[in-house]
Amino acid sequence: MATTLNQKATGLGAILTHRKQDILSQWLREMAGITRRTDLMSDSEAQTQCRTFLDALAQTTVSAGLNVQSSGYDGVRKTLSDISRSRALQGFTPTETATFVFSLKRPVFAAIREELANDPAAMSAELWNTTELLDNLGLYTTEMYLKSREEVIRRQQEEMLELSTPVVKLWDGIVALPLIGTLDSARTQVVMESLLDSIVKTNSRVAIIDITGVPTVDTVVAQHLLKTVTAARLMGADCIISGVRPQIAQTIVHLGINLLDVTTKATLSDAFGLALRKAGITFVKLQNKKAKPAPEQQDEE
Amino acid sequence: MEKIPILRMGEFLLVTIQVDMHDRLAMALQDDLTNRISETGAHGVLIDISSLEIVDSFIGRMLGNIAAMSRVLDAETVVVGMRPAVAITLVELGMSLTGVRTALNVDAGMDLLRASLNGSRETLYGSRFN
Repeated sequence: MATTLNQKATGLGAILTHRKQDILSQWLREMAGITRRTDLMSDSEAQTQCRTFLDALAQTTVSAGLNVQSSGYDGVRKTLSDISRSRALQGFTPTETATFVFSLKRPVFAAIREELANDPAAMSAELWNTTELLDNLGLYTTEMYLKSREEVIRRQQEEMLELSTPVVKLWDGIVALPLIGTLDSARTQVVMESLLDSIVKTNSRVAIIDITGVPTVDTVVAQHLLKTVTAARLMGADCIISGVRPQIAQTIVHLGINLLDVTTKATLSDAFGLALRKAGITFVKLQNKKAKPAPEQQDEE
Repeated sequence: MEKIPILRMGEFLLVTIQVDMHDRLAMALQDDLTNRISETGAHGVLIDISSLEIVDSFIGRMLGNIAAMSRVLDAETVVVGMRPAVAITLVELGMSLTGVRTALNVDAGMDLLRASLNGSRETLYGSRFN
């Protein structure tokens, strides 16, 4: 039984090798009919992809039989995953990508029918083998397509996480962290670490956490904020929380969260003013010679 | 056995922890430091933990204890140079070290000690001797 299977495999391989030019040209015509996206890919590129894949497939069916899972198919799988990755990035749909493989069926079937015309039993067996093989490869293509799409999503998520926690230096010794979006545990960890790192790097004594962009503050978020403030204090920096909106102030009190140990300010500019005073810096408005320079207004304590 | 050096700088004592703390070492430091404070009559203690990478709840508690003991002996304690990872660990362990003063580096810690010392002297002399 094994020998017959092997023979048939060799049969498909031989047909593929023998009729390669025919199959290739017919395949290209086939694809031009259904899924050629001239807007996304040039003719020459599509041709190269087809030729590479067909070469690899013909070689493999001769040498490694029909078991797609075997290590002999590593080359074919590699070619396919490269193709589906590039198509995923180019904007092909999953159907279009899978059809790349499935559209090979008609030309191969035609070739088999012509080659084995006088042996119906061998022909039907070969057709079945080919269907199975190409179906497996087609499914593999879709899988690879999805995988490369997921990679893109994962990378974008990481980038978003990085983007969403910029620590800005406002003054010598004063850093601010404008928070935007919902805070969850994973993000808070990143926020906390980048804030503490930048405190060390910039040698800052005051850090301002601005929560204007945080839509809601619940007990978990408050807990995270308190942790960050405490950690900054342990390192020797004072933390001010700014941008508390009226709605959030109400929520915090209703939830019974104790923010008494933390300095809070309504706006970032208030917090910055306090930070400057802590650092012993005052601003004086320059005026005409006649007018006396006005001291900065004191609204704190 | 290794020992953590305690340096005298004017009226302050400077302790730099350069090795990973283990419990015996921490206990020894507590002993040494309290002795040195009473010997020298120092009014301030700086503990530099910028090389300390690993902390556990015991070391955290020990830092708090040292600060409390020094205060009893009339010396302010400032812990300086805590690393971000160490700070996060202590917070996650639930130890906020509320009685302990902190500063970013030895310089800032020294300023803090001087300021608080001057402040207390002024009030002391101001209220009692004038």
